[in-house]
Amino acid sequence: MFIWFHKLVSPPYFYKFAGRLSPWLAWLSLLVILAGLYAGLWLAPPDYQQGDGFRIMYVHVPSAWMSLFVYTVMAMAAAIGLIWRMKLAHAVSAAAAPLGASFTFLALVTGSLWGKPMWGTYWVWDARLTSELILLFLYLGYMVLNRAFDDRRTGDRASAILALVGIVNIPIIHYSVKWWNTLHQGPTVFFGPRADIPPSMYIPLFIMVAGFMLYFAAFILKRLQVEILQRERNTAWVRELVEKS
Amino acid sequence: MTPVRRRRLILVAVIVAGMAIATGLGLKAFRENLLYYFTPSQVAAGDAHAGQRFRMGGLVAMGSIRRTPGSMTVHFTLTDMKDSIPITYTGILPDLFREGQGIVVYGTLEKNGQFVADQVLAKHDSKYMPPEVTAAMQKAMQAQQAAVKGAS
Repeated sequence: MFIWFHKLVSPPYFYKFAGRLSPWLAWLSLLVILAGLYAGLWLAPPDYQQGDGFRIMYVHVPSAWMSLFVYTVMAMAAAIGLIWRMKLAHAVSAAAAPLGASFTFLALVTGSLWGKPMWGTYWVWDARLTSELILLFLYLGYMVLNRAFDDRRTGDRASAILALVGIVNIPIIHYSVKWWNTLHQGPTVFFGPRADIPPSMYIPLFIMVAGFMLYFAAFILKRLQVEILQRERNTAWVRELVEKS
Repeated sequence: MTPVRRRRLILVAVIVAGMAIATGLGLKAFRENLLYYFTPSQVAAGDAHAGQRFRMGGLVAMGSIRRTPGSMTVHFTLTDMKDSIPITYTGILPDLFREGQGIVVYGTLEKNGQFVADQVLAKHDSKYMPPEVTAAMQKAMQAQQAAVKGAS
């Protein structure tokens, strides 16, 4: 098991492994997302007070959850990279950041489009919206800092510290709607006798979450391939790979 | 684990713990300033100053909405079940605005106790239901009320 892990995290082996797995995950995510969209946009009943407007949550909620999940992955990889000096760990953080930033952007934009008709405004500076906007800036700051040094390893370490410092924002985003009076609604209870939402409405949501997860898995592997090629460009195996193709 | 790695692990733990404590203390200090709105009882108690713009959140009182014919002006009462403040607003209301709904108004409190809002925002209650279920629930409630009336 341990030997297998060591083999897996060696860049040439991981490059091949990611290249084989990524297309399967990508096609699977497309299928699951299409199924989730069909279930969410056609099969789910309209809401009693929002009508069809609530359906934007099938994109908004998975994006928002992914924005927090990807950041946690990024910060954990950054910590592993700092402590064990593992090459692949910093590459994981660097590959995750643009994906996380995209999910955050999507969550902010879909929320804003929903906010205009439902709340009456595109944007308010309440604790939930503001902390989610800070998350977007943390991702962007990580991406800039990672590439700001001539030596990639210096950039990796500096941006890893930023990623770790920013992790305090994750529980703040999650609990903001409980700790303060916010315009954003509190968390929806999914299960149990006091559930806020019926299965006909939450099943499409969970299908979408699974689809977004698969999408993230497929594209972080693809982006890791690019990261590995860039970081290992002076090694013999990359030269061999380029000459072969 | 080698001593070097242990030292780095401790360093990472210290950075995260330090940031968490600093942010926690900072947020605790700013607690009041992070509140997005006042409640009608806070306003009635004089926590918000008349003539100054501020936000107030509460429920639209049942049966309080009055529209002025031929204009976009609407009058209603904002309540938190303890105190109530009369509101005047001219403009487009959000989709979720209705009696019993949680809303946030932004504007000024006039000397006569009337709150003139220039923005009305509706809060969503994080509940989702198919319309048939709501209709069925209303029907069941009416049937129950009718039964109670019939019995008395």
